[in-house]
Amino acid sequence: MIHQLLSLSTIVGILATAVRLTTPFLLAALGEMFAQRSGIYNLGVEGVMMMGAFGGFWVALVTGSAWLGILAAMGIGALMGLLMAFISVTMQAEQGISGIGLYMFGWGLAGFLFRLTVGYITSIDGFKPIAIPLLSDIPVLGTVLFDHNWMVYFALLMVPITWVILFKTTWGLKVRAVGVTPEAADTLGVSVARVRYTCVIIGSVMAGLAGAFLTLGHTNMYADNITAGRGFIAVALVYFGRWNPWGILGGAFLFSFVDALQLWIQVLGLNIPYEFAVMTPYVLTILALALVAGRIWEPAALGRPFDREGG
Amino acid sequence: MRIVFEKRESISHWAVVLVPIISFLVSLLFGAILLLASGVDPLVTYQAMAVGTFGSWHSFTETLVKATPLLFTSLGVAIAFRMKFWNIGAEGQLVWGGVAAAWVALFWSKSLPGWTLLPLALLMACVAGAIWAGVPAALKAYLNVDETLTTLMLNYVAILYAKNLYYGPWRDPEGMGFPGSAQFPAAAWLPRITGRVHLGLIIALIFAFLLWFAFNRTRWGFETRIIGENQTAARYLGINIKRNIVIALLISGALSGLAGAGETLGIAHRLQQGLSMGYGYTAIIISWMSQLNPLAIIFVAVLMASLLVGGDQIQIMMGLPASVGVVLQGMILIPMLAGGLFTEYRLRIVRTPKIEEAKA
Repeated sequence: MIHQLLSLSTIVGILATAVRLTTPFLLAALGEMFAQRSGIYNLGVEGVMMMGAFGGFWVALVTGSAWLGILAAMGIGALMGLLMAFISVTMQAEQGISGIGLYMFGWGLAGFLFRLTVGYITSIDGFKPIAIPLLSDIPVLGTVLFDHNWMVYFALLMVPITWVILFKTTWGLKVRAVGVTPEAADTLGVSVARVRYTCVIIGSVMAGLAGAFLTLGHTNMYADNITAGRGFIAVALVYFGRWNPWGILGGAFLFSFVDALQLWIQVLGLNIPYEFAVMTPYVLTILALALVAGRIWEPAALGRPFDREGG
Repeated sequence: MRIVFEKRESISHWAVVLVPIISFLVSLLFGAILLLASGVDPLVTYQAMAVGTFGSWHSFTETLVKATPLLFTSLGVAIAFRMKFWNIGAEGQLVWGGVAAAWVALFWSKSLPGWTLLPLALLMACVAGAIWAGVPAALKAYLNVDETLTTLMLNYVAILYAKNLYYGPWRDPEGMGFPGSAQFPAAAWLPRITGRVHLGLIIALIFAFLLWFAFNRTRWGFETRIIGENQTAARYLGINIKRNIVIALLISGALSGLAGAGETLGIAHRLQQGLSMGYGYTAIIISWMSQLNPLAIIFVAVLMASLLVGGDQIQIMMGLPASVGVVLQGMILIPMLAGGLFTEYRLRIVRTPKIEEAKA
């Protein structure tokens, strides 16, 4: 059993799958990082991902263009982000429950629309892998890193980009200030509400993309519960990665590695019940949260609505 | 001229009642738009849903059948939510309850007298649900681990574990490939009252009244309320917050466990696919709409059950996806959360920007 997993081609296969599966975790978690850095805990990522996965799939199916699917998923993400921002920023509702509301809304709506418009399992033309010249010829490393579709490269590039935005720009400074001491930021003339709206919407657009990756860049089809809790795991990754893009990258790779491993265990038909293999990322999430608990810094105003009148 | 939110002197009792009602109407309106867009007459659809749930005695009993697990899980969720412990894990706790009850019913029947099976199965369901809620509670109380994520993750674990059991070791060898355990011995069945309505409904109703009493008339109810409203005050009053969180969540999980036991011992009479129907998530909406009031939960649970049964009905009668019910439910929570602000604040139009004067 072990020797099956240890052959070179299997290891390369697992690592390449892991790199590919980092994409939805990374996109969703980096987006959620902006929301949380600004003080909004958006637990609805899973619902946005489901709607992004369905919307991207449906538009690609109807128009035959996966790129239009991407646009649709981003648009859906923006709208759902606007809704979440309205509830949590303007109406100051309890954020944990608001996220669950957004999740249930996305879950129900995606399922309803899928049955109404398509109703059966059908595949679409998704994004094809783009082998990067020269680099993809490197043995082992080439296959693992440089033979993926554009969304994988895009997600990996987002790590340094979001890092620069968050830590090297004035706007990033505002975001961090709003998430720690909104009162002080407000006194300095920063519009807390505007920063939070922007961050929640950015996060939600990225969650929509993460969902679209699953249908357009991974399975090329839509099925119920296609996101399988990845949106929730992405929220956990933000804690695990300590609200830092590089930390999130590490966590995302760890999780996608486990995800890839369980997929390959199924592919190789190893003697482990598939339910237990599928279970590992969820158990790992709980362990990871328990492990980092208490020893982490978090945005001080996370989850706390800001009321200018001081009520 | 601008519009500002102004804090009310005391909470608005009108808003407490009106916000859930308006939210329900908003969700019906949104559903109507969705149905219209998909080329179906919303009035005909809603009428079919209403007839399918309250139109006859039989359909009403089916609504009560769905209301039973919703009632148990919503009561469980309400206990946790009172302390602002966001237990999103009622679904997993329900599944564990169903599994534990099935375990007793399937494997203990040979060595134990028949009359002990049912009480033991219910007890084990409580224990299993309580453990599944107790773990995230302890993690929260002692390590400050975010409970929304842990309870959610445990749902997936529970559902997958149950699936492994009825597809694998517990699968009925005579089930002709059907994924499910063997049928339980009749001694372990929850007695039926009418139609498929079983004793579980009565037990759930008793718990609703007990909890109403406990919330409003006991020291425990007072302590858990203070912890939810103001942890600092709770600490000054010498209330043991950690212990209270763990105890409340054990009870919360036990109630959801009973929901699962009701589904296996009262309805399916075996462990099979369809134990996890999302009741644990609907429970969140129900307890929120009921403002965590156990007596209000009874009525809202029946209302939400009617949406689920109504969804099934229009699927059978009109060929529409049953998930209409789920969409409507998901849509209720959002306006309700947004409207929650109105219970504590009022909208006021300020004509002159001289706020200092207005405050003085």
